[in-house]
Amino acid sequence: MQLIAVNRKLEPGRRRVVALMSFILPLLIWSAVSYLPFMWHPQMKITDPGSVSYFREDMLVDRDVFDREYQKAQEAETALPDGDRANPVYLPAPHEVATAFVTAFTTEPQRRSESWLHESLWSSIQVIFWGFVLSSIIGIPLGILAGTYDFFSRLFEPFIEFFRYLPAPAFGALAVAILGIYQAPKIAIIFIGTFFQQVLVVANTTRKLDPSLLEAAQTLGAGNKSMLFRVVVPGILPDLYRDIRILLGWAWTYLIVAELIGTSSGITWFITQQARYKNFDNVFAAIIMIGILGLTIDLLLAWIGRRLFPWQREEK
Amino acid sequence: MSDIKANNLPSYLDQAPEVKDRFDRLKQRPVTLEVKGLNKQFKGLAGPVTALKDINLKIHKREFVCVIGPSGCGKSTLIRILAGLEQPSSGQVLLNGEEVTKPGPERGMVFQGYTLFPWLTVKKNIMFGLIESGYDKGTAESEAREWISLIGLEKFENSYPHQLSGGMKQRVAIARALANRPKVLLMDEPFGALDAQTRAKMQAYLLEIWKNIDITVFFITHDLEEAVYLADRILVLKANPGEVQEIVEVPVPQPRSPDQFLSPEFLATKQHIEELIHPPHEDDDGDHLNLVRMVHVDDDVGSVF
Repeated sequence: MQLIAVNRKLEPGRRRVVALMSFILPLLIWSAVSYLPFMWHPQMKITDPGSVSYFREDMLVDRDVFDREYQKAQEAETALPDGDRANPVYLPAPHEVATAFVTAFTTEPQRRSESWLHESLWSSIQVIFWGFVLSSIIGIPLGILAGTYDFFSRLFEPFIEFFRYLPAPAFGALAVAILGIYQAPKIAIIFIGTFFQQVLVVANTTRKLDPSLLEAAQTLGAGNKSMLFRVVVPGILPDLYRDIRILLGWAWTYLIVAELIGTSSGITWFITQQARYKNFDNVFAAIIMIGILGLTIDLLLAWIGRRLFPWQREEK
Repeated sequence: MSDIKANNLPSYLDQAPEVKDRFDRLKQRPVTLEVKGLNKQFKGLAGPVTALKDINLKIHKREFVCVIGPSGCGKSTLIRILAGLEQPSSGQVLLNGEEVTKPGPERGMVFQGYTLFPWLTVKKNIMFGLIESGYDKGTAESEAREWISLIGLEKFENSYPHQLSGGMKQRVAIARALANRPKVLLMDEPFGALDAQTRAKMQAYLLEIWKNIDITVFFITHDLEEAVYLADRILVLKANPGEVQEIVEVPVPQPRSPDQFLSPEFLATKQHIEELIHPPHEDDDGDHLNLVRMVHVDDDVGSVF
């Protein structure tokens, strides 16, 4: 059995192991860099300042600075400083981030006006949800119309094609001026980032529907309205669902920029705040949480999709 | 072909008295589908291309007509115009005297690619046209059930198309077209994608259905035996431009059965159409392989013979 072979699926057992490896390998690299002192570790954590006046216990200094001071102390024959090799503060070790996963939720906000992590996360989810739902309510019907009728395709698509090149964050200032500083402008940025792509993607998906199905429906007496609602819409549904999953992933990428607009909020606020306090373990935990949240939602949608569309050929 | 040529077959024009009598009666029946002076031009890369030229044809009620011709003779274009999926450049198609301009349920069509709606079960596929024609759900469902038992797929009424074999799919497609009670059933190489055994079964099915239902069939094929086996008359088209070469009255007595494949009338008709489509002397059009011997001189097997 060859592991690497063209056009051949691995056995189910091996597939699972390899898929697990895709998470374990990066984790191993991260662990190696964190726990093996000879890998990287460009700084020293002071355990004993010795005679060096500005060294403090637990202070991080670059290794060459430490070496220089050590040499100076040696030459002056004063007390020698001591320390362990360490990584910079912005690279916490896996176990620190793992602990932060719990402590980030249990630590009370520093000031009363600030929010708990779960409140921040919830705020982010709401921004994504509303931005994406509003975009879908308008974008999916427009996309289906443009994909079905050449008239609407000509009417909508050239402008949308132009507009999608305008970066959504560029509308930040405008969104704040119009919608205020709280959630609304953030939802607007997610909307702008999603909507234009959505119309084009949905239109393309609609155009890919097998035209012979439309012809078959015509010879069975289907009129214009039936063709749209009884053939086009059900015909593209599984592909449309897949498109929406992909687009939802894109919406998450706009989240961080969107939340910086107006008053910073949600998970972005948490990340910038924690970075300011140099709690990089919390920063990492928050970033990884976004990934876990996104992946979980996607897997959930995929699972639901398999049940929603039983006529789809099972992919093995 | 050589085995046919060597013997002395009767002419395909010789009709037994009962066959002649049947054709006389057939021609007395009302005309269901009429094609008058039909032309079709396409815009090609190098100017207009004539796909169909001056097609004239009368098909009588409950007649079975097959269309055969070399590739590029416009047979698919012809059936699409009859279905109303394409418009002729000039000329007319009349169904019971009324001009055809757009697709409609009175002309059912069966495509080579099945074209079942993948999101609908077998039953709902068959119900599709019935609901379009305004039947309520209950009636449509009981009608559909009858069709399903007619094609023998009771066990599969709630299956999705992807769970069916090619032959089963095509049976559903035929039932779906017939459920609308069309006057004409248009079939565009419906069995072309099936394997030989399934195809033979489907031909028998189709003849059985045709016998029992008031339906006129217009059937495109590229299989000579299929055409002779199924058709009352065969429309032979020639290519570039697509023109009627001959309308052959098949002298094989009805009802048909697979035993007739070797009867003299069958073979004579087949041979005649074969010659029409592949003229014996125009065979050498330079379209042959230009191979030299590419086996090593001291290969163990010098020649495959």
